[in-house]
Amino acid sequence: MVMSIDNIFGIGGTALHAQLIRMNTTASNLANAGTTAATEDLAYRGKRAVFKALMDDSMTHPGAQYVGGVKVDKIVDDTKPIPKIYDPNNPLADKDGFVYQANVNEVNEMVDLMAASRSYQNNVEVVNTARELMMRTIDIIKA
Amino acid sequence: MDYMSNVLGVHEKALRVRDKRMEVLARNIANDDTPHFKARELDFKAVMAKFEPSDLMANTHGTHFGFADEVPDDDGMRYRTPFNASVDGNTVELTVEQARYGKAAADYQATLAFLQDRVGGVRKALRGE
Repeated sequence: MVMSIDNIFGIGGTALHAQLIRMNTTASNLANAGTTAATEDLAYRGKRAVFKALMDDSMTHPGAQYVGGVKVDKIVDDTKPIPKIYDPNNPLADKDGFVYQANVNEVNEMVDLMAASRSYQNNVEVVNTARELMMRTIDIIKA
Repeated sequence: MDYMSNVLGVHEKALRVRDKRMEVLARNIANDDTPHFKARELDFKAVMAKFEPSDLMANTHGTHFGFADEVPDDDGMRYRTPFNASVDGNTVELTVEQARYGKAAADYQATLAFLQDRVGGVRKALRGE
């Protein structure tokens, strides 16, 4: 039987990876927050990572240590409407003088970034505790 | 020989179950942001009951496989009832999980201390000082 403590490292690792991707999408959203485009289709849409639990072996591979972990299932576009700004001097403006802005709210993104970084820290703590217990278990032979 | 095989007593099995419980709680924490994820918990009492002598399958022949020292994967798993419902159907409440994970780590260390005590006793006996 594989020691479960090993599994905790695996599970914690998947969670760290997933949260990191979430932070990456947030960074991407923030970077593109002020961008404008010539048409509504070309405008930047906020990206959201959707998580999914790794429930069984078939979702990873048999004997994997990551069962019960989490992965990024897909990255979806934010469905909020694209703001249409009247700015006829903008070189990207269409014939009516409108440009299309990214549908990103910086404040929301900052909150999401903080939530992701908190979750990341949580999982680091989980792995740290597991590591400490593993070391103590090894220390039994010194009793 | 009998003494040596039983020297760790119930604590060896308890350590495995405690280990498993920490894994279950780690899953919950990892899936704090996963839509529709249901938090689970390992019922320590239910799993340990499996090790009661009456439930053990006896090895009556040398070629029989051992039965008792494997913790069954699915047994003792319970779904947690959340204090508050969430919009995305996730039942992980991070603060609750953190508290339980901390408690589980302490429980693990307690079992570890018992084990260490036993190992120390055997050592003392072997040294014969």
